[in-house]
Amino acid sequence: MARVVVDVMLKSEILDPQGEAVLGALPRLGVNDVASVRIGKRVEIEFDDNAQNLEEQSRVIADQLLANPVIENFTVSIETAANGAA
Amino acid sequence: MTARIGIVTFPGSLDDRDAARAVHLGGAEPVALWHDDARIHGVDAVYLPGGFSYGDALRCGAIARFSQVMDTVKAAAAQGMPVIGVCNGFQVLCESHLLPGALVRNAHLRYRNRPAALRVETDRTAWTRLYEPGSEVVFPAKHGEGRYVADEAVLDRLEGEGRVVFRYLDNPNGSMRDIAGIANEAGNVVGLMPHPEHAVEALTGPSTDGLGIVGSVLAHLSEGVRR
Repeated sequence: MARVVVDVMLKSEILDPQGEAVLGALPRLGVNDVASVRIGKRVEIEFDDNAQNLEEQSRVIADQLLANPVIENFTVSIETAANGAA
Repeated sequence: MTARIGIVTFPGSLDDRDAARAVHLGGAEPVALWHDDARIHGVDAVYLPGGFSYGDALRCGAIARFSQVMDTVKAAAAQGMPVIGVCNGFQVLCESHLLPGALVRNAHLRYRNRPAALRVETDRTAWTRLYEPGSEVVFPAKHGEGRYVADEAVLDRLEGEGRVVFRYLDNPNGSMRDIAGIANEAGNVVGLMPHPEHAVEALTGPSTDGLGIVGSVLAHLSEGVRR
């Protein structure tokens, strides 16, 4: 089973209020030396064993659905097959 | 003959019944449309209502874009059919690339639920032609992801082409340039976050300013876009 991981992050110029909220909570944890927190999404996709063109298909999925290119960037990484299965 | 305005129900739509009532009170015939049915039954215009289509999975409006009915709505919009999207409907229009930009989490992270005073910036759309440009209206706003964002070039273009349709007088969510609603180039597709369909009766709304939306599209259907 081939696994592809897509990471989706808000573009740097888009305010991330969730990250700001987490940053604001850190001093209460006793952590005072963090400059910035940004929150994104990690999407794990498992393809069928006989799937072809994983990277190409994953890029279509990421570009057309998982990320909104107006506000987000994405990266696609293909993980090596688990358990040594081809 | 009475104009027929289709109102789409997605799984998770909430304001479809209110939209139908507003359409009726505005003098048109509401027609129920279903997300999983490509047919739009010969309607003259389409209203995409508020709510949480598909549970807001992934991003608000992201899944609705792939529904059967949206294929037909996109094609009809390209042919000039008036389409309005309110709240989640606006998010669906942006995700469907019928309108530029995106709607993201309110800057203060809180769900905002109160009447919003807006300035109507243009009467040159299918849905605002009966409003005086510069006039003020009050529509209820109720959203957690209503902050309009786009890059500076897109914002400049919207301003330059007179496509900012509604602007907040008191920005409730951090929207860029106080934008509450925009139109496409042809003026037949309009999206806004506040809800005109909740402002049609004194008993339940903060104003009856929303009736002008249906009135405008009726005028548009009989006379065309004001130029």
